[in-house]
Amino acid sequence: MTGSIKYLSQKHWRQTGVIALVGAIYLICSWILQYNNLAGITAVPKAFAWLGTNFMPTADSMSHVPQIWTKLMQTVLLAIASTVVAAVIAIFVALLGSKVTGFNWVVQTATRGIASFFRNIPLVAWAMILLFSFKQSDFTGFLALLLMSVGYLIRAFMEIIEDEASETTLALKATGASYFQIIFQAVLPQILPSLISWVLYMIENNVRDATLVGILTGTGIGFIFDLYYKSFRFDAAGMTVLAIILVVIILEVLSNQIRKVIL
Amino acid sequence: MLEVKNLEKSYQKDKTALKDISFSIEPGKFVAIIGPSGAGKTTILRSLNQLIKDDSGQILLDNQDLRTANKAELRKHRRQIGMIFQNYNLVERLTVIENVLHGRLGYKSTLAGVFGRYTEDEKKEAMVLLDKVGLKEFALQRCSELSGGQKQRVGIARSLIQHPKVILCDEPIASLDPISAQTVMQLLKELTEEFNIICIANLHQINIAKKYADQIIGIRKGELVFDEPAADLSEATLAELYDQPVTKELK
Repeated sequence: MTGSIKYLSQKHWRQTGVIALVGAIYLICSWILQYNNLAGITAVPKAFAWLGTNFMPTADSMSHVPQIWTKLMQTVLLAIASTVVAAVIAIFVALLGSKVTGFNWVVQTATRGIASFFRNIPLVAWAMILLFSFKQSDFTGFLALLLMSVGYLIRAFMEIIEDEASETTLALKATGASYFQIIFQAVLPQILPSLISWVLYMIENNVRDATLVGILTGTGIGFIFDLYYKSFRFDAAGMTVLAIILVVIILEVLSNQIRKVIL
Repeated sequence: MLEVKNLEKSYQKDKTALKDISFSIEPGKFVAIIGPSGAGKTTILRSLNQLIKDDSGQILLDNQDLRTANKAELRKHRRQIGMIFQNYNLVERLTVIENVLHGRLGYKSTLAGVFGRYTEDEKKEAMVLLDKVGLKEFALQRCSELSGGQKQRVGIARSLIQHPKVILCDEPIASLDPISAQTVMQLLKELTEEFNIICIANLHQINIAKKYADQIIGIRKGELVFDEPAADLSEATLAELYDQPVTKELK
């Protein structure tokens, strides 16, 4: 009785201690960096005011819309293409590597390693590495997005298979069904909704990331944003950002609708 | 006839899960395996169709040993052994009839199975079996729309279409309400007699085991404590099985 009360009051102190520690870490870090907290906070409104006046699209920037639109569509299509190809590759690899459908522990470990390797190299690093071999082109961007998406999707698909298909796999195994029969009759139908949901999420994500990659590879919407920005046409750059936001929101609403129907 | 002889299994060294298990079951008999949680009931059941590989012993189904079978032979053995699970283990997104037809996969070529091409006879039989388990009008519904009791009856139809000699039931009613549980047990009992098959069920409810089973096997800490006709089961034996008196459960 007294033991458990003592435990609870000790727990209380521990929680307070953790919060104090986090605060102290922040203060020490800003002291090392000689970061002035007060000046930093007061500068925020001014920065936003500057953003508001300079990046606000004007009537004039409407003339850029057709060009922005063409480039934006290129970027969206690039993102969709890379995600779809990544999904096809990932499902095969995930089937080989998951604990439920995988071949043996060597393949399973190798698959996990490869997936985590592709996933943990930042997208920007992929784009810059690939730039040397493939120069500034849409293909470089496609490849960078593809490699990272493959890493993410392999991991996601493996977990989906393990979570959602292990029971039905067992049941079909017990009926005497063969490996490929189990994959096509139980695993794939069972995981399809989650699979599509992940691919949609990856497309949304890749549209955003494709913008960044475009700045590096000199293609798509990223390139045109960079161009406007560096030539001080801030209003047109603002228009570009607005267009990106709009498309990303539309995509999100769309994929949420698709999810509702399939799940 | 199913004969199990000297079955042994340990998951870790020096920790036996099954110790020298032997029993035999005649066709047309409904057998319940009872015992405390972790006693090894599921291990026995799953080694009977080799979902779990045991260490030594013999499992003879009509004098053929399942344990020494190679991959192709094992597939042929497995298609004669239906299995029913606590969580039904259906493909929830597919229709009821598709799930029933999955029971035929063991008889099909890989390609026909992959594309789900079933013969007219198989489809007709699936409908007959669905009628038998009382789900004829649900054939084209998705399994995810069914209740637990209905799902379990789809599972029963899936195992029957295998033309099984044995049906293994791993806690078939543990997730069901009392009424659905009764329906499922009654159905299993009737089908066992009608098709002259061996039905083996892991159960936690002693009263249900006594009510439906012909033969009851008691397992405790991986050892067979008793194997006798259901009518002979006494309170003293049960007390030994569970390490405490269980008089209330018998009513």
